[in-house]
Amino acid sequence: MTSIAGLRDLRRRTVPPKYIPVLVTAGLFLAMFVAGGIRYENFATGQIILNVFIDNAFLLVVAVGMTFVILTGGIDLSVGSVVALATMLSASLLKDGWPAYAVMALVLVIGAVLGLAMGAIIHYFEIQPFIVTLAGMFLARGLCYTISTESIPIENPTFTDIAQTRINLGGDLSVSPSAVIAVVVVLIAAYVLHYTRLGRNVYATGGSEQSALLMGLPVARTKIAVYTISGFCSALGGLLFAFYSLSGYGLSAVGMELDAIAAVVIGGTLLTGGSGFLLGTVLGVLVLGLIQTIISFEGTLSSWWTRIFIGLLLFVFILLQRVFSGGSRRRTP
Amino acid sequence: MTEHILRMSGITKTFPGVTALQDVNLAVRRGEIHAICGENGAGKSTLMKVLSGVYPHGQYDGEITFEGRRCEFGGIRDSEHAGIVIIHQELALCPQLSIAENIYLGNERATRGVIDWNRTNYEAGELLRRVGLRENPTTTVSDIGVGKQQLVEIAKALSKEVKLLILDEPTAALNDEDSAHLLDLLRGLRDEGITCVIISHKLNEVTAIADSVTILRDGRTIETLDMAVDRVTEDRIISGMVGRALDNRFPPRTPAIGEEAFRIEDWTVYSPSQPGRKVVDGASLMLRRGEIVGLAGLMGAGRTELAMSVFGRTYGVHISGRIFKGGERIELRTVQDAIKHGVAYATEDRKRYGLNLIEDIKRNISAAWLKGLSRRGWVNEYEEYRVAQQFRGSMNIKAPSVDSVVGKLSGGNQQKVVLSKWILTEPDVLILDEPTRGIDVGAKYEIYMIINRLAEQGKAVLVISSELPELLGLCDRIYTLSEGRVTGEVPREEATQERLMYLMTKGQE
Repeated sequence: MTSIAGLRDLRRRTVPPKYIPVLVTAGLFLAMFVAGGIRYENFATGQIILNVFIDNAFLLVVAVGMTFVILTGGIDLSVGSVVALATMLSASLLKDGWPAYAVMALVLVIGAVLGLAMGAIIHYFEIQPFIVTLAGMFLARGLCYTISTESIPIENPTFTDIAQTRINLGGDLSVSPSAVIAVVVVLIAAYVLHYTRLGRNVYATGGSEQSALLMGLPVARTKIAVYTISGFCSALGGLLFAFYSLSGYGLSAVGMELDAIAAVVIGGTLLTGGSGFLLGTVLGVLVLGLIQTIISFEGTLSSWWTRIFIGLLLFVFILLQRVFSGGSRRRTP
Repeated sequence: MTEHILRMSGITKTFPGVTALQDVNLAVRRGEIHAICGENGAGKSTLMKVLSGVYPHGQYDGEITFEGRRCEFGGIRDSEHAGIVIIHQELALCPQLSIAENIYLGNERATRGVIDWNRTNYEAGELLRRVGLRENPTTTVSDIGVGKQQLVEIAKALSKEVKLLILDEPTAALNDEDSAHLLDLLRGLRDEGITCVIISHKLNEVTAIADSVTILRDGRTIETLDMAVDRVTEDRIISGMVGRALDNRFPPRTPAIGEEAFRIEDWTVYSPSQPGRKVVDGASLMLRRGEIVGLAGLMGAGRTELAMSVFGRTYGVHISGRIFKGGERIELRTVQDAIKHGVAYATEDRKRYGLNLIEDIKRNISAAWLKGLSRRGWVNEYEEYRVAQQFRGSMNIKAPSVDSVVGKLSGGNQQKVVLSKWILTEPDVLILDEPTRGIDVGAKYEIYMIINRLAEQGKAVLVISSELPELLGLCDRIYTLSEGRVTGEVPREEATQERLMYLMTKGQE
């Protein structure tokens, strides 16, 4: 109990409490990095962090969309399936000889339209997001198998070029185009969330939907917009996944929706909405990625330890959120 | 001298900052119907919560004696065990369960842990016959009306072998026919020896049914009257409820009243949850520029419902009527429409409907006027900060900075944030619903000053309040609302608490 009291004390004395979950995640990331550097040779290099970005670019983009949704107090379970559908669509259309850029545009539009449809159903029929996006999840996954039950390889030169290109950052450091795209998406999204009316409406809707309505804020438009953004991000994440794996497969990205939710929560965004930062989500994805890296460096541990660590981390972060939001909740019953 | 079934003596209950009950005494005779009357906030419901164990022993001072024994209830289960059952205004039934299931909820008819459905439904049927409700016990509760649900609650109380039945505003949501039936039933229960305590705003019902009445005011017992001995009339009860001196709690103001600013004609609103029930019935109001107008009414009179249905139809269904602003007919279909036409509404429940509690001051202030603070979708944060700073100064919002989280502020400062938000939209008409609810006296004075300032700037202000002294001290004119209808319009000079209370309790007949 003393540690909880200590944490409350910390909250009172330092920066605004809404930044603390992000700071905790940042501290955790640093600690893991330093610990890894001490334990393993060749760990504490910049390329390790860049590799985390490269290997998790698609997850980062998906988690950005998820952040929008969770900030409004919703949830989107369909993202993993939409990623798979995007890889499947790309692979099969490219096999049929479609031009690469047309395929990308079409995939992005389909993702956004799927999100839009789910958002509209959630808002106008007042159905819980959980159910609607669960249906979307089954639908998108099912559509994958109507295209093919087998894995389809991608041999299109544009796609393979993107997959193999490495952008040199000077020194021994380099990144993939996918990681650059992911970072650009993060920057745009952070800007939208912080500096636009849409962003404000997202926070206001998540903070208190009823009062947002009575302030004349466009709650309907906002809710539909966040699911559209999430659908778009999932489709883009699917494209990045296709660059990464150079194939389309209906069984890919199973459970990615849960990884994305985990990253958002570890990043300090409240599942009830209204509070959180995109930077937190980025840190959440980096923490998840770094766990995998450490386990591969360890060599002897099976990859299931990743899951175990993520599970423990989630527990810790949910408890942290409870501690930090608990005080104010008790004062305003 | 008849025997008393219940004695509460010296009950004092304080909440942080307020004393809700101070040295309250209540004595109820066996087998009578005892009414408790008082204004909103006089402490009636708090007293009943003390009695039923919602506030357990130790959280209040004083003594409760029931059936000759001292009671220290630790919770509702204890008081129910002793035979005291309270039926709240908001009925506590599970709408998806059947009548019988609801009656025996938590008290199931079971043998060795297995529920005996035949016995459940048979015994429930017996109870329904006793309360005069002709429904099948297996009917789902959501399929019957509120009046019948009230009877199910009473049947549920009877199943617990109730000795003292407490009803909080039992007829507030009922139509005349259901009310009459309920009152008959209470008389019947009295004849069976069940003692009833009834809290009611409807004084005609109180005089019709009660054997004695206790009047509360400002958390104190004023008097207990025996209806038969004292020949109590409605006027007698009213004078007990309001007899309170006005002191200097209101800032002075010289009204400068201009031409008509806002008018509502023949406004009718139906309840969204109970089809066919009129919540507002043909109401007409008019506000002038620079005028502060009051809207008085007891709980359930339809004040908030009237205001919210006008403000972009945020409450009610089948809304009909006309709205004029500056003599011109306007339509307010959405909140955005209302803001565009210069109408603002500050809600009575600022925590749930007025603020985003986990957000900071500046973002709460700018929320309703983001359009004015942004260009092509991009919010001008510098301007937002400047505006918030300005309001923090002019409204005297006490907070470390405009980045402080609103949920941590005191009630008065939260209310100032709500008012800032609406003043920023530059409205011509402001509807303030309970603007000083839950605010301490000093902050109240500041809110009154802000309201006066708004009127000086030529805005029309409609103040909805449960506190009659507040309306008398603040307003130039006061409308009274009773059961959804405007029952009177009283200018400041002629307004007294007695007159208003009379109009507010005037029934439909």
